[in-house]
Amino acid sequence: MAEIEFRRAIRDALDEELARDESVIFFGEDVAKAGGVFAVTPGLWEKYPDRVLDTPISELALAGAAFGSAVCGKRPVFEIMFGDFLPLTMDSLVNQSAKYWYISNEQASIPLVVRSAIGAGGRFGAIHSQTPISWFLGVPGLKIVCPATPADAKGLLKSAIRDPNPVLFLEHKRLYGLKGEVNGDLTPIGKGAVVREGDDITVVGAMKSVHDALAAAGKLVEHSVEAEVIDLRTLRPMDIDLVLESVAKTSRLVVVEEGPRTGGWAAEVVARVSEAALDQLDDIWRITTADAPIPYSPTLEDAFLPAPDVIVESILAHRRK
Amino acid sequence: MLGRTAVTRGSLSVADEVGLYLELYRRMVLIRQFEDLVNALFLQGQVHGTTHLCSGQEAVAVGVTSVLDPADRVAGTYRGHGHALALGLDPQRLLDELLGRETGICAGRAGSMNVVDLEHGLMGCFGIVGGSIAAATGAGLALRGTGNVAVAFFGDGATNQGYFFECLNFAKVMNLPVVYVCENNGYGEYTPFTAVTAGSIIARPLAMEIPSQTLDGNDLWVVRAAARQAVETARRGDGPSFIEALTYRFVGHSRSDPGKYRPEGELDRWRLKDPLAVGRRRLVEEHRVPESEVESIVEDVRTELDRVRQKGLAAPFPKPDASAREFKDG
Repeated sequence: MAEIEFRRAIRDALDEELARDESVIFFGEDVAKAGGVFAVTPGLWEKYPDRVLDTPISELALAGAAFGSAVCGKRPVFEIMFGDFLPLTMDSLVNQSAKYWYISNEQASIPLVVRSAIGAGGRFGAIHSQTPISWFLGVPGLKIVCPATPADAKGLLKSAIRDPNPVLFLEHKRLYGLKGEVNGDLTPIGKGAVVREGDDITVVGAMKSVHDALAAAGKLVEHSVEAEVIDLRTLRPMDIDLVLESVAKTSRLVVVEEGPRTGGWAAEVVARVSEAALDQLDDIWRITTADAPIPYSPTLEDAFLPAPDVIVESILAHRRK
Repeated sequence: MLGRTAVTRGSLSVADEVGLYLELYRRMVLIRQFEDLVNALFLQGQVHGTTHLCSGQEAVAVGVTSVLDPADRVAGTYRGHGHALALGLDPQRLLDELLGRETGICAGRAGSMNVVDLEHGLMGCFGIVGGSIAAATGAGLALRGTGNVAVAFFGDGATNQGYFFECLNFAKVMNLPVVYVCENNGYGEYTPFTAVTAGSIIARPLAMEIPSQTLDGNDLWVVRAAARQAVETARRGDGPSFIEALTYRFVGHSRSDPGKYRPEGELDRWRLKDPLAVGRRRLVEEHRVPESEVESIVEDVRTELDRVRQKGLAAPFPKPDASAREFKDG
């Protein structure tokens, strides 16, 4: 099976869903004729000129257009170029889309997808590098999908477009060039995956942190630690059962989140596992970024992020406790 | 001329122009009396939270919706009872919603500010100022090329929101079939719009080269004619239009507002231009409808709403154990 890049997997998912369903429309800033600033969506406008649209730089209007068109039977996918711009969409996403199914007494749901490039490590500075998950994690009615591999990027995006609910689909910028095999299967939303088996400790991550955790797990073997690595893949709804199964075996859990410590999704995993399985736990903690803005300079930014060595050191330190 | 489309909207079914205007007048009376009823029930503790009444603004909602087709889509505001009733929502289902009853249009989940009635084309009423502008713009995106249109109702206050500038520009450059209807009642909550609005409202859409007009929003006939023109423009594929309807609310912004900021005499002057009085005068003087026939409409609505009130107060509350789900199964 041929390997393709993460960005190509996303493009293919959009292409296939646009072909499959006439109600799918895709729009955003520079996504059509230019093919996207991260070169994710080239060639789509040429194939679907009426349904792939360049828009003004108007995030409020984009989110509102997605909501309103979804009420009227479309399946809109719109791109917010950087996740840092998502606050501009929040009224429509949070107050309109996420609540519509409930407050309309289920007259209609809002099958929209908002795609957004997120994450640090690209020297983009404090306002083009954030991971905006904690801003949205506490919003009932909004799914949050976070792929780590090309296969899941494609499989989850196809699932997101077919999902009858609003979905926030996050793409880590450092993964766009990652290559992997893609078989074209749908990946179910709300299901995590064990991506490395081990008996000594469970390491939970999402997006780029999954790869950092896998790299750390490789190094931990030298220290006689076999880590089990879980890719949560979706953060709302969250596959906590998969984590609990693993913890029942390892009794130790560390959650790695590229995002600020306070109120993050790692805190939510730790809380849920503690509530459900306190008696099975020998240790539980988080590795996150600091509660501080993301710095620009390479030396500062590299030191800010939970790299594999940071994960290894943290796990070894906890073992020495 | 009788609009062909007008006779197909909701329960609107009439034989001629006089019949049409009598029905539209009935809807204005229904809205006014409905708001009076809501006010009374609020004071009795039966309507909860807060309410925003549209008494005095009836001609805008009724006039604009009178030229719409069933497949057109409308986004209303948190002052939205009039939008819903003008579209043909059963007043029983609307009142039951406000009373928090299981029989409400949204089963008591929505309340006064968030009513949704897709069966009658109401995408929703939006509690965030300007939210209706966003919703209708999106509907316009979905309705491109279908011959159907989307309508946004919003107040003068919304013209200072980001949604207003972004969405009107978006609709214009994408040539969307949207009619933006600003119900300028002179006040954004407690503040005169002139105190917080730079320049005129209509200069803003005009700067975007959107066909725009300012008109007497208390005259149903005037509103209807302008709305027909704007809607036809959108149906033809000629893009969005803007209507600034000058009107006035005869009540405060919400239930906690006695309206003390109004200059003395202002309310009285607007009372002379009450859309119901204007409508009655036109029906009697221009359409030769007997006073007694107009009066019987008022009485009929009173009788109907008395029934609605009694039935609503007897309706069951939703059971707390009715399981609400976060997501629709996919």
